[in-house]
Amino acid sequence: MPTYKLKVNGKTHQVDAEPDTPLLWVLRDDLAMPGTKFGCGIAICGACTVHLNGNAIRSCSMPVSAIGSNEVTTIEGLSENGDHPLQKAWVEQDVAQCGYCQTGQIMNAAALLNKNPAPDDATIEEAMKGNICRCGTYVRIKNAIKTAAKA
Amino acid sequence: MTTKDISAESVAREFVTSHGRRQFLKASVASTGGLMVNFSWLGTASALSSNKDSSPFRLNAYLYVATDGEITAMVPNPEFGQNVMTSMPMILAEEMDANWSQINAKQAEYEPADFERQFTGGSQSIRRGWQSLRMAGASAKQLLIMAAAARWQVSTAQLTVKNSVVSHAATGNSATFGELAADAALMQLPQSIVLKANRDFNIIGQSQTNLEGQNIVTGKPLFGIDYTSEGMLIAGIVHAPAFGKTLSDADLTPIKNMPGIVDAFMVESTTPDYVKSYFDTSAFTRMVAIVGEKTWAVIKAKRAVKANWEGIETHTEKLNRFGTLTEITVPGDLENSAGHRKQMEALLNSDLPVLRQDGDPDKAFSTADKIIERTFFAPYLAHNTMEPMNFFANVTNEGVHVAGPLQAPAMISPWVAERIGVSQDKVRIEVTRMGGGFGRRAYSHYLVEAAAISAHVKRPVKLMYTREDDMTNGIYRPTYMVRFKAALNATNELIAYQVDGVGVPEHAVHGDRFPAGAVEHYLARGGAIDSNITTGAFRAPRSNFMGASEQAFLDEVAELAGQDPIDFRLALFSRAKNNPVGDKYDYDAERYAGVLKLVRQKSGWDTMPENTSKGVAAYYCHNSYAAHVVTTRVKRGLPQADKVYSAIDCGVVVNPIAAANMVQGAVVDAIGNAMFGEMTFTDGQPDKQNFNQYRMIRMDEAPSAIDVSFVKSSVDPTGLGEPPFPPMFASLANALYKQTGQRFYEQPFIHQLQKS
Repeated sequence: MPTYKLKVNGKTHQVDAEPDTPLLWVLRDDLAMPGTKFGCGIAICGACTVHLNGNAIRSCSMPVSAIGSNEVTTIEGLSENGDHPLQKAWVEQDVAQCGYCQTGQIMNAAALLNKNPAPDDATIEEAMKGNICRCGTYVRIKNAIKTAAKA
Repeated sequence: MTTKDISAESVAREFVTSHGRRQFLKASVASTGGLMVNFSWLGTASALSSNKDSSPFRLNAYLYVATDGEITAMVPNPEFGQNVMTSMPMILAEEMDANWSQINAKQAEYEPADFERQFTGGSQSIRRGWQSLRMAGASAKQLLIMAAAARWQVSTAQLTVKNSVVSHAATGNSATFGELAADAALMQLPQSIVLKANRDFNIIGQSQTNLEGQNIVTGKPLFGIDYTSEGMLIAGIVHAPAFGKTLSDADLTPIKNMPGIVDAFMVESTTPDYVKSYFDTSAFTRMVAIVGEKTWAVIKAKRAVKANWEGIETHTEKLNRFGTLTEITVPGDLENSAGHRKQMEALLNSDLPVLRQDGDPDKAFSTADKIIERTFFAPYLAHNTMEPMNFFANVTNEGVHVAGPLQAPAMISPWVAERIGVSQDKVRIEVTRMGGGFGRRAYSHYLVEAAAISAHVKRPVKLMYTREDDMTNGIYRPTYMVRFKAALNATNELIAYQVDGVGVPEHAVHGDRFPAGAVEHYLARGGAIDSNITTGAFRAPRSNFMGASEQAFLDEVAELAGQDPIDFRLALFSRAKNNPVGDKYDYDAERYAGVLKLVRQKSGWDTMPENTSKGVAAYYCHNSYAAHVVTTRVKRGLPQADKVYSAIDCGVVVNPIAAANMVQGAVVDAIGNAMFGEMTFTDGQPDKQNFNQYRMIRMDEAPSAIDVSFVKSSVDPTGLGEPPFPPMFASLANALYKQTGQRFYEQPFIHQLQKS
């Protein structure tokens, strides 16, 4: 089994894994970072969203062997104290219901704001439509993104 | 956000602490005075307080107070997003007069000795927990007051409590809950305690953000899928690919030799003599189990399994239906959605059993001026919770320890005890936060499967379903059809109404629901078709189809009558209230009308521009009333919901910010399922296995805004998770009619929209 050196949240971790192991399961099973969620396994629900060099990717469909020296950021590393403007807006506006998809939503939104600090509604919808919220909190998610963008 | 104050009881209530709880439940119905609770339930003896190690003092099963003032509020009901982890502590804190910032919520394990009805379903958590939570909070406060009175040698009547501080005005003495906790735990409750009057509430009714909010947005391990334990292995199952099939045999030697795999074997979740109860639904009780070190190895091994499947025989099964032993027929066929449709159409044209009849419907229809008849259809739905089914289990000689996401621990305890061969007191059920439920997790066969696998490998395991496992091993919303017939007289009054419902494996008709009581000649009938496809509760069971179809039908009847759809309904509620038909009907006509009036006002229904594509609908279920107005627009070539106005009467609203969230979520959920929701079967096999095939509503398809209003009320709280769901289907269908000129009789609407 090959060994990989992964840069996750600013630290380098050494992991033994089969090359085809999705990054999602390396994060959850090997690095004990449960904030990244499993939803579909086929990159279509967004629950497993993390950043690769600041871009949103679906970790369930990204083999560990393809990460290389790229920097991975998970919800655990999005902010030092859980106080990223998106996290604050999410809490203040009481976005979550069950909460399961929300780390993926936040990571996806954070990547959007990295690229576009003041997105309009259409841009937010286009960027966020890959993330399913089964509880239906979309209106609040959109409003929280707009609040965070202004922060 | 108000219309009128429907006053029931807003005075202080007294309850007696020294009687049996069951007596209390009876007594509270009979008298307005004493409300009694079981002393052991509120147990206060020092034996219950472990003060040696500075852990918090137990004032009763619900409330623990630490010396630093931190209060732990135990939440008996499982949390699946309905906000009990915040709203239940709010009720406790209210009666306790606690400082909200000192409250921590903790999900209780399944503890039938401490709590009753640890069940999340039927929109009943707050409604059924309301009195117990208030009494627990008030009792804890009383103990703290008594501790202060003893310390200062004054009477309890002279003490006041505010923000976790007990004060004695005459002497200026004061003490925090933390300072009093140790003494309070030794006090004996008095004979009776007074609950607050609603007008004195200062936590209930004030929005409090989610106590778990910060944990959610930072990805803390809250969910079953996050549960872990020393030495834990990961388990997966492979179940039959089709309903009507079961596992015959499998050569698992190659699987056992795969890297990272510890064991692979065949396992059964039931024992031959076990009589299933209502929530023990599971089609695939014989399966392949694979256990490995890590999730990915198990997923790969699952994909490599080559098993032989065989058809099941048509047979009967005993079913314990809440204490009544019944027998159900399980057909051995490989069923098809197209076949179900034909069966339902045939059954609709047969002589269906009568559920309710008023007057002489046949005669009324034969002499009516206008008659309208319409048939509605809805497919199976998969729940598709975002967190797939999973459960941790560790079966040892000491007993069964399970932990994970489930709605109904009491319902699964007997099955897992029987399967493992232990008594129920040897079953410990830890309840985690659920990544959605919607009814699906009331059926926790996956817990028993996890335990059976752990028992076999003699290791702690976490059973993980993939999305495909989850979607194809469903407890689906049944498929239904309903045919409505209405007759108008010469002055366009609704004089006769007939509802015939069928479904697989149940029909959805409630005979005594609206418009029963409001129509002179009324007939309700229903019939069902046996199936081997497992079905169960899905957010507002049966109501989700009846509300969707009846309220769309009435829109068309109102149009035929040449009346505004709100006016048309209000006239019917007026009839039901002032001159009801028949012995009974199961709604409050005034409250029903109240939500329509409120939504009319809030949406500006009467002053919207003439060409607005708008729809309205209202429904009553799970003890609450909901109405929606929706406008539609065309976005990227497809009509869709734009702005939604919701009016709700659910009695006292405990936590407005979360209650509004729940309504908004129900609106989006309903629009999503109305537009896209559909599971079909071919030869017993679910045609959709993942979200690339099963279309879910996305952000760009959700309304632009959802404005929620609550009827101001002092009626004890009733349900909220389910009631807003059913009428949203219909208000959307009614608005789409204005938008497209077409009526929508078949869910999901997307098929018809894409054709036109």
